[in-house]
Amino acid sequence: MHEFRFDPVRLPASAQALRGEVRAFIAEQLAQGRFDPRVNSWGSRDPAFSKACGERGYIGMCWPKEYGGHERSALERYVVVEEMLALGAPVGAHWVADRQSGNQILKHGSERARRQILPQICAGECFFSIGMSEPDSGSDLAAVRTKAVKVEGGWKISGSKVWTSGAHEAHYLIALVRTAPLEDDRHAGMTQFIIDTAKPGFSTRPIYNLYGGHDFNECIFDEYFVEDDMVLGGVGSGWRMVTGELAFERSGPDRFMSTFQLLLESMRQIGTQPNEQEAAELGRLIAHLATLRRMSTSIAGQLELGANPAIEAALVKDIGTTFEREVPEVFRKLIGVEPSLGHSADYAENLGLTTLRAPSYTLRGGTREILRGMIARGLGLR
Amino acid sequence: MTDTMTIASTESDAMTADQAGEIEALLLETIDRLSEDQASRDVREAADQGVFPTALWDAVDDVGLTRCLVPEQDGGSGLPLASAMRALKRTAHHALPLPIAESMIASRMLLAAGLPVPPGIISVAQRGSDGLLARVAWGEQATQLVVVEAHQGAACVSLYAGKARIEHKARNLAGEPRITLATDEMERVASAELPQATELLQRYGALARSAQMSGALERALQLALQYANERVQFGRPIGKFQAVQHMLAVQASHAAAASAAFEGALDGGDAHPAELPVAIAKARISEAAGQGADIAHQVHGAMGFTREHQLHHVTRRLYAWRDEYGNEVFWQRRVGQIIASAGADALWPTLASL
Repeated sequence: MHEFRFDPVRLPASAQALRGEVRAFIAEQLAQGRFDPRVNSWGSRDPAFSKACGERGYIGMCWPKEYGGHERSALERYVVVEEMLALGAPVGAHWVADRQSGNQILKHGSERARRQILPQICAGECFFSIGMSEPDSGSDLAAVRTKAVKVEGGWKISGSKVWTSGAHEAHYLIALVRTAPLEDDRHAGMTQFIIDTAKPGFSTRPIYNLYGGHDFNECIFDEYFVEDDMVLGGVGSGWRMVTGELAFERSGPDRFMSTFQLLLESMRQIGTQPNEQEAAELGRLIAHLATLRRMSTSIAGQLELGANPAIEAALVKDIGTTFEREVPEVFRKLIGVEPSLGHSADYAENLGLTTLRAPSYTLRGGTREILRGMIARGLGLR
Repeated sequence: MTDTMTIASTESDAMTADQAGEIEALLLETIDRLSEDQASRDVREAADQGVFPTALWDAVDDVGLTRCLVPEQDGGSGLPLASAMRALKRTAHHALPLPIAESMIASRMLLAAGLPVPPGIISVAQRGSDGLLARVAWGEQATQLVVVEAHQGAACVSLYAGKARIEHKARNLAGEPRITLATDEMERVASAELPQATELLQRYGALARSAQMSGALERALQLALQYANERVQFGRPIGKFQAVQHMLAVQASHAAAASAAFEGALDGGDAHPAELPVAIAKARISEAAGQGADIAHQVHGAMGFTREHQLHHVTRRLYAWRDEYGNEVFWQRRVGQIIASAGADALWPTLASL
């Protein structure tokens, strides 16, 4: 049995100093009316804000300086990220590139890909989407059918990806594609490619989501040509790479802070003298949140030391997203406001949008059921 | 037992973090060994029937566990609070039927009031408005009682010795004695004022039960995993069924969250623990306790519902301890009041500082 480790981590003084810098930066942005904090932080794309983050050195923080990075520690990055989420900053445009795509390119990309793309990501001018899901491939990634055929100097890709968040505003996708027919080893024969969305043969179509927003897309590949040096890692190593990054993707504060702004707004509704029920419900959520934060920082500390705590990350994501989903439910019942959809930025609107976003929390980045399967594997049950 | 470790004395007054860590690791090993060697099924069953396990207590006392928080110059080992609480967690992992938590709480209360910690079996209580001490843990066996009470309007910590008068005998869900006592036939050996003694007792009690529940949750998970891998139904171990795997994944999450919340309450160094982290821990862990125990039972089926299987030693404790020193709703309310009164703008700075 895998022994779950959540050793306590003490944030270094440099990280605490950074916290103050980020708060001052956000306060300045707010004072200039640059964004409305009552939004879905990492689901909100604001290229101008991303550029400002890039100028401040808040993107690609842990990457080497030669690629535009800042060689800061994982814990320093953690503090910046959690401050952004807590303050409701619109970090969505650069989120995926900073959290995972850039890491993959750094580790597995060609030198050309690194030199061309990473500095742009760090500048807050280059955004990524994740091209994994397909009509017949959601949790079961080995079922991908989008395929690449080898041609002179590269590959030709045909097929489609769906539910691809932000692809209509992304400069690149990392797409998981079948490069060899499905065989007994279902996870073999898949390869990741860096897809430039501006090139011919790639197009997107909006898929409107539960709250009517345009975040999802269908991405269509029509004999799309990709050069050999835009293959990530070796041909056929797609599965290993996808699973290798899960600890980064699943353990961060974005997996339990999606509804933090609603929590803050709800506190304002309740006021400073809660009745007993309000105090208990609020206190329960805070107890969960504070505990999740400890578990999540512990994983950041392990990543810093070079460990790959994928199972712990699955566990944090499972209970973190469960928490995120509870927040609108608790306050809906407690405050008794009818949630609404409109264009005003009031509490009813915030509650309404959060309620309709909530089902995605336990789906995106690995469903609850997939995560529990991983935890069970870690427990030695499968 | 030949390889018992008695906590070594160190020469300097203040223990370094490394020294404390080393001693803590040795202490945990000693608790494991001692539990295996001496906490036999017979001893546990007798304790369940109300027989105090004297030999086991003596063994625990011999290795210095009961006085580990007492300064070295007073015959203790001067362990930091965090190390003592982790040792307590381990004793609960083994479900040792002894008032070890009570010794530790009593030690901290006496020391806070500037009073010496006597040897022997000590329990601890708050004097109620009726003058009685309600549901004192091992109240019959304790040779001394640490009582938080008011004297001429001031909150005091008092040490009582002698024979307490028994008003009412009860046991908690784990069978641990919880005895209501009167002290009028006892001698008040010492007493000193301690501001906020009632709140401190509640806080140390909540911290100690959090440590214990966290240890018991760890053990309940181990037992459930072991059983799921061994018990065969429909031709395969029940742990191969997805429905069972998902229940165990949830149980593992409760155990992990409990450990993290417990560690969160230990961050404050060797001062009195701050109220908010303890409130968070007791609220989170009391909630996890019931849910973790429920799943452990669901996985164990009828076998776990018997006294023949060892599961009940930890699950009955979880069902008991979650309500002692304030249940989850009591502490959730405290967290909610503390957080709400500071206002929404203070929430994130507060969380980020924990």
